[in-house]
Amino acid sequence: MPAATLEKKSKRGAFLSLAGVAAVLALVIVLENTLDPNRNIIVFTTLKKGAVYALVAVSMNLLNGFTGLFSLGHAGFMLLGGYAYAIFTIPSAQRESVYYMYDGSAINFSFPEFFSNLFGGSGAGGAAGMVLGMLIAIVIAGLVAALVAWLIGLPVLKLKSDYLAIATLGFAEIIRAIFQWEPGGRITNGANALKSFPTFNNFNITDAEGEIVLRLSTSVCFAISALCIFLIVLLINSSYGRAFKAIREDEVAAEAMGINLAKHKRLSFIISSFFAGVGGALFAMYVNQVQAKTFNSAMTYELLLIVVLGGMGSISGSAIAAFLYVACGEWWLRFLDSEAAFKSASDRWAFIIVLAAAAAALTALLLWRRKRQGARKFSELWTACLLGAVVLGYDIYYAASGSMEVPFLRTGFRMVVFSVIIMVVVLFFRRGLMGDKELPARLRELAAFIRRLAAKIRRPSAGGGKPGAAAGKEAGGDE
Amino acid sequence: MQLAVSTLLSGISAGGQYALIAIGYTLVYGILRLINFAHGDVFMVAGLVVIYMTASMPLYVALPLMVVFIVVLGFCIERAAYKPLRSAPRMSVMISAIGVSFLIQNFATYYTGGLARFYPEIPFLYDSVTIAGATTRWVTIVTPFLVVALVLLLLLLINKTKIGLAMRAAAKDFETCQLMGIKINSVISFTFVIGSALAAIGSILYFTNYPSIMPQSGALPGLRAFVAAVFGGIGSIPGAVVGAFIIGICENIVKVNPTYSIFSDAVTFIILIVVLGVKPTGLFGEKVTDKV
Repeated sequence: MPAATLEKKSKRGAFLSLAGVAAVLALVIVLENTLDPNRNIIVFTTLKKGAVYALVAVSMNLLNGFTGLFSLGHAGFMLLGGYAYAIFTIPSAQRESVYYMYDGSAINFSFPEFFSNLFGGSGAGGAAGMVLGMLIAIVIAGLVAALVAWLIGLPVLKLKSDYLAIATLGFAEIIRAIFQWEPGGRITNGANALKSFPTFNNFNITDAEGEIVLRLSTSVCFAISALCIFLIVLLINSSYGRAFKAIREDEVAAEAMGINLAKHKRLSFIISSFFAGVGGALFAMYVNQVQAKTFNSAMTYELLLIVVLGGMGSISGSAIAAFLYVACGEWWLRFLDSEAAFKSASDRWAFIIVLAAAAAALTALLLWRRKRQGARKFSELWTACLLGAVVLGYDIYYAASGSMEVPFLRTGFRMVVFSVIIMVVVLFFRRGLMGDKELPARLRELAAFIRRLAAKIRRPSAGGGKPGAAAGKEAGGDE
Repeated sequence: MQLAVSTLLSGISAGGQYALIAIGYTLVYGILRLINFAHGDVFMVAGLVVIYMTASMPLYVALPLMVVFIVVLGFCIERAAYKPLRSAPRMSVMISAIGVSFLIQNFATYYTGGLARFYPEIPFLYDSVTIAGATTRWVTIVTPFLVVALVLLLLLLINKTKIGLAMRAAAKDFETCQLMGIKINSVISFTFVIGSALAAIGSILYFTNYPSIMPQSGALPGLRAFVAAVFGGIGSIPGAVVGAFIIGICENIVKVNPTYSIFSDAVTFIILIVVLGVKPTGLFGEKVTDKV
């Protein structure tokens, strides 16, 4: 476990981060209103999903990274939030068609509709009521998740480490089964999806003819997510947050210092679930439907990956990792999924040479790492060359085959490359993007590293440069 | 009566198959304190390998070759993904396991094109047999006996041989065991070899009953087997086997009524949570001395 970091809090730092968030929000609004939404659909999908995942990952980090409770129930709480939001927002006119398998819904109440009618039905008042209703439904989504978390927490939080993990995972599965159960169909629509509820697109401001004047769908998603993350940051910087960190470091010591273990664990669990519920509601809005089978344990693992890749105990790490994860998975690697051919023979040879160089670089990296761990003899080193040899062998085979197709590219290759990238990060940067530090501290470290590097380049002869460079380069990993 | 017999039979059969996977979980957890999330996917790969091998060779060659392949796969996974993280916090290793599971599933999706593949019919195991009016396959009858035989063999290995002694020592105390001159890496590799081999055998039995394989097919049996291992007290071999049989039978009893069949997994978790509430370390946890 990393030592507790008591970061110096300054007015300036808080102001700067607020300004940063405001700048990002402004940028999103500008992007949204200048880019053509139909041609750049993937950009906005990525941004929305990234914002939702950032919120959920941060809420998971509150539990796993800051309180040290290893819980795998997040998908379950997201499911609760998503369903609660959908059930309370589907307009009554749509209920018949959504619940067609069950002859209508048992609950015939929609918050946006109720407030919309309260404020005058149509026009600006109606729109304001609609938005108010949606926001209330989102809060209710969080509260439902929090309530269930309180109930689950009663038996589960007594368990330790892996047992806690498997028990929370189990509860997530139980919740999923309950929501797919046929006899509850008049509320949950059984195994079918709930849809037709208001989504982020309802935040776009339209004029009388229905033409969109100002697009706000992505930025509202960002704003809600940022607000929730801000609340979590406030919590972590409060005395409660310090108590959470104390529990993470050492339960016995924390108890000896007068921290009520049961109370604080419960608090952390409930608050984390509340924001997971809100995240679930946002997720439902992002995909335009909720279906219980999407919230499976694979989703929890995905979130856990994001949290660890960003750094356990780093809010900015989780947020950045969420965006990188979603962008890599959904957008940047997309080209790998479609087959392609080289345009000319020189392109092909360039590819072959690059692949050979990559094999050599991989072997060199692995050998260097092995040597640093103290391996000297050939018998200890030869396994490090295996991977490079396989890649090189394939490269030679491909060069000999004379095919003009770009190798490997086929549906599904994107995810293979993506998971290889994740494995590389996990193995070589085991503390993740940020460790347990936040973005400013990490940037300062990076600046210091660059300064050191620059000084070394200027005076290459000055004292044993090699170990220093090695230690600097390993900034992401640890010993 | 007929229904009861057939439910019990399929429960015992499923339980036996879960037991073979659960042993892999429990062995690895005993030594490394690692939930090996990739184990279920190794199990799935075992199924896929048989499908691709039988396309070009007869079954009696394919099956042993598959077991060898899976053993090598398990060994490589341990060497590539877990060994470099030996000194890292437990969370890192667990994430590495999730990463491997993710990689295997994605690679399988890529390789198979994401389509369901059909498992070949294995001559003797696939044939039907009628017991007390309930028709079932031979695999159902064979499974429990095979499982018991394999478990006895394993217990013999662990309790009577030198490597078994080393495994027990490693499970008891990792550091001291290294000080005593035990080559911890080879012990861990050996554990993965045993776990993978048992999963490979389990996959033959399992996929004879559930003939189609998707890249995600390993996740669910893997999860159930893991629950079984926790249920029996993770780290204990008899615990894993007993837990697996109980979970297999419960699951099949729940499945009898189609209205409640959606709860077949939920019920296993409910039982697990109740057991953990009463005995936080599982049925056989801690009490049994031959923790491995």
